[in-house]
Amino acid sequence: MVETASPKVSVRDLTISYGGEPALSGANFDILPHEIFGIIGPAGSGKTSFLRAVNRMDEFTPGMRVQGDILFDGQDIRAWRNVYALRRRIGVVFPLPVGLPLSVYDNVALAPRLVGVKKKADLDVIVERCLTRAALWDEVKERLGSLGSLLSGGQQQRLTIARALSQDPELLLLDEFSIAVDPVTTMRIEDVLKELKSEITIVLVTNLVQQARRLADRTAFFLSGEFVEVRPTEELFTGTVEDTRTREYVEGRFG
Amino acid sequence: MFKSTGVNERNQRTEKAVRLLFGLMAVILIVPVAIILSVLVIEGGPMLSLDFLFTDPTNGMTAGGIFPAFVGTIWLVTVALLVSVPIGVAAALYLSEYASDNWLTRVVNLAIINLAGVPSIVHALFGVGAFVLFFEFGTSILAASLTLAVMTLPVVIVSTRESMQAVPHAFREACWNMGATRWQTIRRVVLPNSVSGILTGIILEVSRTAGETAPIMFTGAAFFLPFLPQSVFDQTMAMSLHLFVISTQVPGVPEALPYGVALVLIGMVLTMNAASIGFRMYLRGRKKW
Repeated sequence: MVETASPKVSVRDLTISYGGEPALSGANFDILPHEIFGIIGPAGSGKTSFLRAVNRMDEFTPGMRVQGDILFDGQDIRAWRNVYALRRRIGVVFPLPVGLPLSVYDNVALAPRLVGVKKKADLDVIVERCLTRAALWDEVKERLGSLGSLLSGGQQQRLTIARALSQDPELLLLDEFSIAVDPVTTMRIEDVLKELKSEITIVLVTNLVQQARRLADRTAFFLSGEFVEVRPTEELFTGTVEDTRTREYVEGRFG
Repeated sequence: MFKSTGVNERNQRTEKAVRLLFGLMAVILIVPVAIILSVLVIEGGPMLSLDFLFTDPTNGMTAGGIFPAFVGTIWLVTVALLVSVPIGVAAALYLSEYASDNWLTRVVNLAIINLAGVPSIVHALFGVGAFVLFFEFGTSILAASLTLAVMTLPVVIVSTRESMQAVPHAFREACWNMGATRWQTIRRVVLPNSVSGILTGIILEVSRTAGETAPIMFTGAAFFLPFLPQSVFDQTMAMSLHLFVISTQVPGVPEALPYGVALVLIGMVLTMNAASIGFRMYLRGRKKW
């Protein structure tokens, strides 16, 4: 982890609300390049809302209102005229896998095709590279033509990750990716994430405190729409924390 | 051993009674269909032949075939579809994929509901005023088909919107998150997965359009024409109006003739519906999620 690098994402006084009901308020933190940034906290603490705001998905969500600033590479995300270009640089993986009703191949080739990659040879390379990186290639290479939505849940989740990687993102947002995945597959995906860290920045939202401990370089704790604190992960578990609620949460005393 | 109490038994009796009642109501639906079809087949069946379909009416419409009416109905339905399908599908696309919940959307939705509730005779008078007189199309296929199109638009819009809404929202979010525009999302994910449902709705609309009488009788359908229409500016005969005319307006029509016409008309509609049902079954077998 490089402490001196300028942050990949800076969050300044971020407040998110739905129809006037606040979901997250007053969040201030930085996400550094090439780190895995964990976000933990009980349900309803504003973790997912934060991810949606980073990708400017509030534009698709009626009633969702974002105040404050999110800077991506130092630039306000709302200053991006071309929101589609912004979203292409940010890959997102949802809690439940979304295998689009297309073939495995087309699922992964979709994002490149959206930006005009047409040549079969180019697409082949991207599809194989992304599926390999998502630890799925060996299982599906014989049936790239079959429907992505017919794969098993764990395979679909890796397909979703491969699809997110096919955008060639600089930032990968993972929202409780292991919720529908068996433990073995979860471990395989976690290994993939550790490797990917050298190339991209990863934000890992998770309900599993131990998963954050295994993967995240630094971890933020959200509680009921409040950004409590952010710490190097090991400190969160062993060292001092600013807020006793953080300690109580990671030790499993509530939440 | 589980011992059933009085409450259990009462619940079970109620369950049985309710199930029987609902089932009975569902089965009763078959009765009118069965009666209509059997009467038509028994009375009108002997009339059917290729000659009946492909010759003109003769002897002041008391004999001969129904060819001009048969062709006319195909004209009317085709032109009406050419108008209502593009407009209806585009409107449904907007409402399903673009519109946010604001006053304009609510007004449009209200208009659709009200348009669907307008009686067909009122559509007929609207057609006369708007298409025959104001736009000066005269009584013609064009005016009649436009009237039919206005009348069936709500059906197209609602069925198209429903089939698009049946595509899970998560698919759209996944695409948007990748940086797809709304149109890219529609073209690559929403339309391919709803096109069969949209076509089903359109086929059902065809069967409705073919059977309507009131909207065409003042706008483009003729009592009797010994020749076929050459363009959309001609008048035409139509099956539904022909049936009405020979049943009520022409003396001396043999009793079997209206039954024959009705049988052909209902045959057209049922063929279309069967195609639609077959299509839906094919669609269900192919469902991708």
